[in-house]
Amino acid sequence: MMRRFALIAVPYLWLLLLFLVPFVIVLKISLSDTALAIPPYTPTLDWAEGLGSFFSQLDFENFIWLTQDDLYWRAYLSSLVIALVSTALTLMIGYPMAYGMARAPEEWRPTLMMLVILPFWTSFLIRVYAWMGILSNEGFLNQFLLWIGVIDTPLTILNTNTAVYIGIVYTYLPFMILPIYAALDRMDGSLIEAAEDLGCSRLSAFWLVTVPLSRNGIIAGCFLVFIPALGEFVIPSLLGGSGTLMIGKVLWEEFFSNRDWPVASAVAVVLLLILVVPIVLFQRNQQKQSEAET
Amino acid sequence: MQAIEFEPWDDPQQKPLIRFQNVTKRFGDFTAIDDLSLDIFEKEFFALLGPSGCGKTTMMRMLGGFETPTKGRIELAGKDIGPVPPNKRAVNMMFQSYALFPHLSIWDNIAFGLRRDKKPKDEIDRRVEEMLKLTRLEKFARRKPHQISGGQRQRVALARSLAKAPKLLLLDEPLGALDKKLRQDTQFELMDIQETTGTTFVIVTHDQEEAMTVASRVAVMDEGRLIQVETPARIYETPNSVYVADFIGDVNIINGEATAIGEERYRITWGDALPPLVATSAKPFSDGQTCHLAIRPEKVTISTEKPQEADNAVQGKVLDIAYLGNLSTYHVELPTGTIIKAQTANTRRIARRNITWEDPVWLSWTATAGVMLAE
Repeated sequence: MMRRFALIAVPYLWLLLLFLVPFVIVLKISLSDTALAIPPYTPTLDWAEGLGSFFSQLDFENFIWLTQDDLYWRAYLSSLVIALVSTALTLMIGYPMAYGMARAPEEWRPTLMMLVILPFWTSFLIRVYAWMGILSNEGFLNQFLLWIGVIDTPLTILNTNTAVYIGIVYTYLPFMILPIYAALDRMDGSLIEAAEDLGCSRLSAFWLVTVPLSRNGIIAGCFLVFIPALGEFVIPSLLGGSGTLMIGKVLWEEFFSNRDWPVASAVAVVLLLILVVPIVLFQRNQQKQSEAET
Repeated sequence: MQAIEFEPWDDPQQKPLIRFQNVTKRFGDFTAIDDLSLDIFEKEFFALLGPSGCGKTTMMRMLGGFETPTKGRIELAGKDIGPVPPNKRAVNMMFQSYALFPHLSIWDNIAFGLRRDKKPKDEIDRRVEEMLKLTRLEKFARRKPHQISGGQRQRVALARSLAKAPKLLLLDEPLGALDKKLRQDTQFELMDIQETTGTTFVIVTHDQEEAMTVASRVAVMDEGRLIQVETPARIYETPNSVYVADFIGDVNIINGEATAIGEERYRITWGDALPPLVATSAKPFSDGQTCHLAIRPEKVTISTEKPQEADNAVQGKVLDIAYLGNLSTYHVELPTGTIIKAQTANTRRIARRNITWEDPVWLSWTATAGVMLAE
């Protein structure tokens, strides 16, 4: 009994220390007021004054503020759109890649897998900076296109939403490929033959058998891309322009440029609440999948 | 009801349903099928039997359309099916792994092929019900494949492949995943279903007992070639080579030299210490030709006394007794060291039997008991 309790206690303790405690701190800050102090908010917990006066100083002022300035809801909405579009793009690029990998000769697969994972061996920041070099007006892409004569004047890609999409798709592509590849790799090849035997063309066998059987991989991949893309900060601030509105960037600016920790915390709390929905859906998908396999 | 002999292969008027004409299939340097010709007739239950790698699965996959012959022609009902893709052939296949769609219910699995043909819904429903009834799966229609047992899955696979009423059904090791008892029951079920539906079945198996049980004709294959194509009884009683005799059932092979002593009658000398044997053969042997006499253990009689009026009798000592319940196989060592197996049915209770280890015994068989083989 003790042992079982200890076993269950470990993950809960982990969750408590690394998720719940930080969340409560952020939540508390979001209910506080700005102050010219260190830390830059008030009240701080002072046992001498008692809990009663501490709680009486907390309010929802910052959350109300979020609804009053349309910057915030526009940032949330734009983040959602960017995350959704880039998830769809990643799926469209990642699925054929995963399919190709699963269909490749056995001896090629470890190499292909390696190529997918290889970018992780260099710093994420360096890779994003590399994209700045590629996409800028004097960058490799424009020089190449000018050289082959497709365009006369350089394309403006860097510091636009297009660059943000390219960055997100590039960065999160492995997260899409790997779960889909895992699902396709597990699939018995004779299922496709059976479908063809029963009258399917190659294409309809793909839609009726391959896609449904890789469904869990697709869902897992989409969530693994969508969830981090929604709060993405580095890519929009390095590749995006002034027109790129994403909540991660707003959050960073509130914290470090404005030094308005309470508002920034309120932004973070709302972002978390938005993310809870897809995270719960993702967990349910994983659970259903593991149930189906047993 | 009058039983009509089903032997279309002996009737020159009959047109074969499937005709392999000098078919060769190579994978790179490897020749899987080597210049093979074969006719299979309508309503046959035809078994392709052989060890793994003999090309039997390749034959089946060529019929299914998953492989194309490198050379030669395959006809189905008189038409060359070489260029026809699997989804356009009136041929269905039951896969060794069953290949049931795990995301679809049993009902939807069976209806899968019918839906591809865009049949009206009530017709599909009727056909699926019929198939469920045939395979006794009515209760499981709403379940998913992972929610039923191995034997039930096997029946779903069969129902699904029969649903489109194919001209030809291919079965790739259909009972390989079942345990022995269930396999035997299922073999009879398969035969019943084949008879009820009147479909031509081609089964691939490495299990000779299974092939003998279910098939109307058996083709024994080795290294991409057909060694013998015959009814199970004739394969067993008159194998055409040591390979077939040895592959099907248990057999004693005695190597010797033949000398003609009468019409279709030969004397076989096999070592100086033993009396020569007498055997008959419709196939001629020249004097002094090496021959292999194949005798099934159950055709060898074992006795303690020297038998009177036996064509062949040799003395030996019991080395081993394999007790199989209904049968006992005695391994008898001759003075030359050769071991001959003799099998008797255990019609008496065990205490009444009088032969045991180390006993000197006589083995005897008639001149017609064995088959003389040249190779």
